[in-house]
Amino acid sequence: MSDATQTGPVLAADGRPLKRSLQRALRAQKMRALALIAPLLIFVLLTFVAPIADMLFRSVENSIVSDTLPRTVLALKDWDAKSGELPDESVFAAMAEDLKIAEAEKKHITLAIRLNYQTSGVSSLFRKTGRQVKKWDVPNDGPYMEKLLDVDDDWGSHELWRVIQTYSANYTPGYFLNAADMELGPDGVQQVDDSQKIYVMMFKRTMFLSIVITVSCIALGYPVAFLLASLPLRTSNMLMILVLLPFWTSLLVRTSSWKVLLQQQGVINDILVWIGLVDDANRLVMINNQFGTIVAMTHILLPFMILPLYSVMKTIPPSYVRASKSLGATNWTTFWRVYFPQSVPGIGAGSILVFILAIGYYITPELVGGTDGIFISNRIAFHISRSGNWGLGAALGSILLIVVLMLYWIYDKIVGIDNVSLG
Amino acid sequence: MKLKTLMLSGGALAALAVSAYAAGHGNMAGSMTIVSWGGAYQKSQINAYSAPYQAMNDGLEVIWDESSNEAVAKMRAMYEAGNVTWDLVDVEGPDATRLCDEGLAMEIDFETMLAPGDDGSTPADDFGDSLINDCFIPQIVFSTTFGYRTDVEAWGGNAPDDLCDVFDLEAFPGKRALEKRPKKNIEWALLCDGVAKDDLYDVLDGEGGVERALAKLDTIKDQVVWWSAGAETPQLLADGEVVMGSTYNGRLFSVIEEQKQPVAMLWDYQVFDFDGWIIPKDLPDDRLARVLDFVKYATDTQRLADQAKYISYGPARASSQPLVSTHADLGIEMAPHMPTNPANAQRYLVNNLEWWADNQDDVETKFQAWLAQ
Amino acid sequence: MPTASDDGFVVFDRVQKSYDGETLVVKDLNLSIAKGEFLTMLGPSGSGKTTCLMMLAGFETATHGDILLDGKPINNIPPHKRGIGMVFQNYALFPHMTVAENLAFPLEVRKIGKSDRDAKVKRALDMVQMGAFGGRRPAQLSGGQQQRIALARALVFEPELVLMDEPLGALDKQLREHMQFEITRLAHELGITTVYVTHDQTEALTMSDNVAVFDDGRIQQLAPPDELYEAPQNSFVAQFIGENNTLEGTIKEIKGTEALVTLDGGEIIVAKPVNVSKPGERTRVSIRPERVEYNKDRLHADAHTLKAEVLEFIYMGDIFRTRLRVAGNDNFVIKTRNAPDQRRLTPGETIEIGWLPEDCRALDA
Repeated sequence: MSDATQTGPVLAADGRPLKRSLQRALRAQKMRALALIAPLLIFVLLTFVAPIADMLFRSVENSIVSDTLPRTVLALKDWDAKSGELPDESVFAAMAEDLKIAEAEKKHITLAIRLNYQTSGVSSLFRKTGRQVKKWDVPNDGPYMEKLLDVDDDWGSHELWRVIQTYSANYTPGYFLNAADMELGPDGVQQVDDSQKIYVMMFKRTMFLSIVITVSCIALGYPVAFLLASLPLRTSNMLMILVLLPFWTSLLVRTSSWKVLLQQQGVINDILVWIGLVDDANRLVMINNQFGTIVAMTHILLPFMILPLYSVMKTIPPSYVRASKSLGATNWTTFWRVYFPQSVPGIGAGSILVFILAIGYYITPELVGGTDGIFISNRIAFHISRSGNWGLGAALGSILLIVVLMLYWIYDKIVGIDNVSLG
Repeated sequence: MKLKTLMLSGGALAALAVSAYAAGHGNMAGSMTIVSWGGAYQKSQINAYSAPYQAMNDGLEVIWDESSNEAVAKMRAMYEAGNVTWDLVDVEGPDATRLCDEGLAMEIDFETMLAPGDDGSTPADDFGDSLINDCFIPQIVFSTTFGYRTDVEAWGGNAPDDLCDVFDLEAFPGKRALEKRPKKNIEWALLCDGVAKDDLYDVLDGEGGVERALAKLDTIKDQVVWWSAGAETPQLLADGEVVMGSTYNGRLFSVIEEQKQPVAMLWDYQVFDFDGWIIPKDLPDDRLARVLDFVKYATDTQRLADQAKYISYGPARASSQPLVSTHADLGIEMAPHMPTNPANAQRYLVNNLEWWADNQDDVETKFQAWLAQ
Repeated sequence: MPTASDDGFVVFDRVQKSYDGETLVVKDLNLSIAKGEFLTMLGPSGSGKTTCLMMLAGFETATHGDILLDGKPINNIPPHKRGIGMVFQNYALFPHMTVAENLAFPLEVRKIGKSDRDAKVKRALDMVQMGAFGGRRPAQLSGGQQQRIALARALVFEPELVLMDEPLGALDKQLREHMQFEITRLAHELGITTVYVTHDQTEALTMSDNVAVFDDGRIQQLAPPDELYEAPQNSFVAQFIGENNTLEGTIKEIKGTEALVTLDGGEIIVAKPVNVSKPGERTRVSIRPERVEYNKDRLHADAHTLKAEVLEFIYMGDIFRTRLRVAGNDNFVIKTRNAPDQRRLTPGETIEIGWLPEDCRALDA
């Protein structure tokens, strides 16, 4: 018991500060709680936090240049790329020496692939030079400027040396710039050529399609959730199974069935032609385009909208509706002024779920998206698993992550994250 | 996706999820993880290579991992993690070059590690041009080529016999299936834009070469369904969604001969590719010994010829060609269905891999930007 | 049984309700409520009282029969056009609106102008002494305060009829008693007709002009509170209203206003026949605990007495409550006032108890 007039820390019966006694008493409890969540904590750290940290790191990491060509990087420091002249012999000699060592360790092609992302042609240049340089007696049989130019004229490319110099730092904004359709040019940051601009447009399209998908999920899911929430439990359980059915079918099967339905020789077109609504020669194109992506993804993500909506609607007591009607409100006014505002947290939760899932989807757009229905995730997947440009893939992924976090933040500012309810 | 197939010794095929076992004991207990493409191709490898090999080697277990599609990315990840679980990986030529370049694939001493040809030729001579780098052990020659439907009324009884018919929407209207990648497509486009075969890569290297190819593709863009998996084109052809489309010749063989669909081959300017094995670098000695023994057996003259009984891909060894016989189930002669058959290979292309290694990223970006427009 | 008359403000005329088409929840209901009357529907859960209220409000449709409001049948009028105020069990205040917005809602949907609206809202809030709370959200109010707001909201659009569905169920005892008083005061001041549903008999007795006791889908008795308590018409009402002792027996003889009942223990007592008609019929004799006397001096000279064994004595402050065994019934309770001359009984003691014949009602078994 603390006395109101007492100053200083409150003491426990044994004379220790009460706060510390309390902490001690709670420590065992905290440790036990920590031990219980430890498996999950470790799991999340290993499978979620660590990969994201790794991705963020990779999107700027660039030590391969200075690791493989340490002498060249050092020698290039003083070269002025804007002078319009090639670097001097010392740089070429350093390059020859670096290449000879790298060739012996088979690292020069890996580097070439990295530099090739920035300027085409490095791959074959390094391969060709690698074959020659191993026969040389570096550093004794110079001058190397001549020798390298003998191997390939491309060594006289001003651009090549500029790129090596530009990307000699251990960390580079290069991947992020590439991900925003920009590059590090001779005069600093510049836009890439129009024929290579793709990522900004893809980001915009991903946003747009995700929003359309989220809105269609709301439009289709809201009435279903409303029905589920107002039906007696037994009926609603039956219907719930139908809602959850897509969860129990493989994603590929579901997507393929959309192909069967939507393609030009597919079920829907066949029916439309048979009814006579559509001419046989002008069958509708409903797949391998944005429409196909929107339809298939709305279907796949619908349960993620319905479930939170349902659980929120379930908690809205029917007496509100009755109260509103007894107060004189029509069915529409009752819905719009009383029911709908209370279901908004469900819409918020469902929209966040659907939008974030949609923004990162890639299998379905890949299969049914054609050319204008594919997402930025398809480019990320391409760079991770096909082109091998993990740095660019990581930068694109990081931007996507940042965009999602920003949207989340904006949502919190506008609607308030407390207003999200999963039931 | 990660379903591994366990071949029990004796040839019985059982689909079991054995990844846990493989990770724990794995290859110590006489097992070998082979990575391939799944489907009919993997089945042909099982029938021609691993089943007879297992019959001779009691207690050897083969685990199949259908990851070839992402082999480069996965191998990089495995080496970064320091835990390589694969023993033998089936990849296409360009991927093999990449893995070899990055030092992830073992260099092969062809003379000692591979069997000489039945006709007495050395392995290097027998494989010839298919030895595209120091790490690649070739198995087959396959081609990417076109198939078309034989029942298209709008064509008035004509059938395409020239690659450029693909670009001729007047004579041959209807949708086409093309791969959602620039490689092959831009070469075909230039050929049909009047570029001679020998000048292809000079034109591509020059100013505006890629743009010229894309401009040609632009003329049919709205009639193209773009595929990313080889199985899509046969399905699209069978459904009548497209009237012609490119894919691997073995896929077309299966849709024509096995499923008896009204589809025919257009071999003109087929693009040859090699597919074969690479062995991951720095395998432990016991695993390496096992893999080398298997590879020597699986790439000898008879085995490569045997594979053609199950799938219409050409053996990479010259000495295997005369031994190609009939299809194991259909009983038809396989030689006429081989991409390397002279009648089929009157006009063909081979990608310039060096040019592609230099320009892959650039062209890919341009192509995707063009697609997305 | 009351019969429907056309002159009531609210009339239920032969109303039946079934949800499943097999069983009737409300069986042949006839009820007439006068203008300005405070009627309580009292009954156990499942007795049909809430269903009746919901039919009146329009949230349920009658399966058969007519409901009339001010002489007009309202069966086909949707709830929002009936103009009936309603207070719900859990208040049903809209959580996303402030108190003032809640109150303004019925006025808004009636397209009443802003200034008029504000004045009415203020008046309604003042009426329930909640004038200072207009800007709060319902969640920021206590249960009693929410109850007042719900009441104000039901009254703000000046309906002639207000329905209340167990509105005080969630409040603690003290608050409930206070609100009972408030509600009756308001109802009488404003002269509104009120239909009040509860399962709490004290509430029913203290608030109502008339109480309709429901059971099994029927009105068992419709009467003012005192009549209901003192003259229950059947054994259900006797059991349900107040505390009651029953003794089982058989009618021996009926002579005018007196009946002789042979109890199952063999004793014969005199009772007032209520709904028994002929000798040989089984009956339940009902006696209120406070009408039983054991002080010989206070017993009526000709009162009939029975032997009773004291089982338990409970001191409750103002009264004593003693449990006895009488004629084989272990739960015979008597209540005696804590007066200076009152004797406290001890368990084990045997006493004589008696009562006036008119306090002892022979009802149906």
